[in-house]
Amino acid sequence: MLKLATDKGRAAFADEALDSSPLAIRGLTVSYGQKPAVFSVDMTVRPGAMTAIIGPNGAGKSTLLKAALGIVQPLSGQVRCFGLPLSQQRGKIAYVPQRASVDWDFPTRVIDVVLMGLYRELGLLGRIRAPQMALATDCLARVGMQDFADRQIGQLSGGQQQRVFLARALAQEAELYLLDEPFAGVDAATERAIIAVLKSLRKAGKTVVCVHHDLATVTEYFDNVFLINTSKVAEGPVAEAFTADTLQATYGGRLATAQVDQLSRVPG
Amino acid sequence: MLADALLLQLGYNATLVAIGATLLGIASGVTGTFLFLRKRALVSDAVSHSTLPGVGLAFIVMVALGGDGRNLIGLLAGSALTAWAGLLCLSWLTRRTRLAEDAAIGAVLSVFFGVGIVLLTVIQTMTDGRQAGLATFLLGSTAGMLRVDAMIIALGGALTLALIALLRRPMTLVAFDPEFAAAQGLAVHRIDLTMMGLVMAVTVIGLKIVGLILIVALLIIPPVTARFWTDRSDRVVLLAGITGGMAGYLGAALSATAPDLPTGPIIVLTGFAFFAASLLLAPNRGVLAALMRHLRFQRRVHLRQGLLAMAQGQPIYERLTLRLLRRAGLARPDGVATDAGRARAAKALRDEKRWQVVRGDQTHEAAAALYDGLRDIETVLTRDQIADIDRRIGGPREVPS
Repeated sequence: MLKLATDKGRAAFADEALDSSPLAIRGLTVSYGQKPAVFSVDMTVRPGAMTAIIGPNGAGKSTLLKAALGIVQPLSGQVRCFGLPLSQQRGKIAYVPQRASVDWDFPTRVIDVVLMGLYRELGLLGRIRAPQMALATDCLARVGMQDFADRQIGQLSGGQQQRVFLARALAQEAELYLLDEPFAGVDAATERAIIAVLKSLRKAGKTVVCVHHDLATVTEYFDNVFLINTSKVAEGPVAEAFTADTLQATYGGRLATAQVDQLSRVPG
Repeated sequence: MLADALLLQLGYNATLVAIGATLLGIASGVTGTFLFLRKRALVSDAVSHSTLPGVGLAFIVMVALGGDGRNLIGLLAGSALTAWAGLLCLSWLTRRTRLAEDAAIGAVLSVFFGVGIVLLTVIQTMTDGRQAGLATFLLGSTAGMLRVDAMIIALGGALTLALIALLRRPMTLVAFDPEFAAAQGLAVHRIDLTMMGLVMAVTVIGLKIVGLILIVALLIIPPVTARFWTDRSDRVVLLAGITGGMAGYLGAALSATAPDLPTGPIIVLTGFAFFAASLLLAPNRGVLAALMRHLRFQRRVHLRQGLLAMAQGQPIYERLTLRLLRRAGLARPDGVATDAGRARAAKALRDEKRWQVVRGDQTHEAAAALYDGLRDIETVLTRDQIADIDRRIGGPREVPS
């Protein structure tokens, strides 16, 4: 039985469409203790598009992202990045964790955080020279934080912290950008700055995937959606997959029918 | 006497001890910084207590093999072995069971230390092997320190520092943002273990001078002291090395000035003196600076509230507010506003109205976010913008400023 499942997995990955996907996931199950947080999920991220991962609280959105990146160990399942195992593609992936996942009293400056995006490229002993500093400063400018380079990170507002995290991801110069709730708890100016940067990435042919919680902005911001509630509910272009039916299936009774109708009808 | 000690003029042994303690202080300060940044300072306590059974075991094995039971290298190797075992137990308990790290530390620390004490007691009853003196590993003893002991510390310390120089980036990244580190493909668990291995190395080479109970202080005090003075992790590392080295050097020198002063505890107390001074006096993060900041801020709030109350003709009940207003020449002793007070009050009220406009206006969103009741509007908006707001409010064109 087990062998059969593995063979099936391989067959799926032999599919040529998957070789071009920036992130393809098959049969991914993650559990904390005995309860699966994510169960047998398949996902095929469309290249050059902006995809939102949507679902209610505790539906496994962040866990899906973390398991895809190997931050948490999945129970089963396979992940391919541009057709290859993750370990060979680390340089092509940039990750923006949830802002609340780190201690902002850590003794470091804004520019140092952005430079962390270059550690991989610099290696253990590579010195930080003018080109790296210029790149980091430029990334800060892209999120409108160039004036804060020398600040201690604890002095930043929530929105500014989020922008610094985004700048660090930009410094990685990746092909695929994975963001965990980038719009959670940020001010309107930050939300505009972030969405502008993400759209510029898409324009440059990069792929963006966000865990997203604000249903009202989905049609405005994203091309594709991935609806999840422990297992996958729907996946595809917003017009097809973000409908009253799929939302109802994802959220169950948590959204009133009137709300659902209204959300899925917002013009894109 | 102290001058002689500081200039290493108190003889061969005292000089060896001072050099050894300085090197140990530097190595432990630098290593401890990463532990501190990772918020796992107490792990060092479990590691150091786990060295004790190793000391006992090594002694027994060496005696059984017919050697000298007190060979330092043998004892250190044995202590490193059980410290590593303790570390692995701790890591396993934390990762694979539902025990939180603090509970796991308590369990590992007490069990390993207990086994160590049992072994030492057993050794006491053995007839040969010159067992006296093993207990000095608990609190350190520098009385019979040899050249080779100092060499071991120097070599071990240098190796530890070299490894840290090599791994400083991954260790910093893991300490600040382990998820991002993992997403970059770093083996977070392995880096953590390496860091703990370095802590273990420092603990083992420090057994001779400060002993296993007090080494924790040398790992933790320097980084927390350094943290008071800087907001950059690389400088915390540097300052912690300097603080640790100075504590080692001064402590060793101090303890050499009198015959019965124990070196390890004096070193730790010297380090504590640095910590206490930093806690009180450091700019920004020091206690005194924080208190001053709070008082200044409180005064600003009271003055501002007092002025607004004045402008609206409300009575002021708070004594502190009245006193501040009087002292600033804004109110008479009976509480009635002076001319200057009336002018300042009118301006405060005017500014408050201006802020109301700003906060209700989408185009001033960035400025509005800066409102906190105290900020002067002139520092946020240009003169033209304020004039424009004043036109919207109406009333007198010129406001005293």
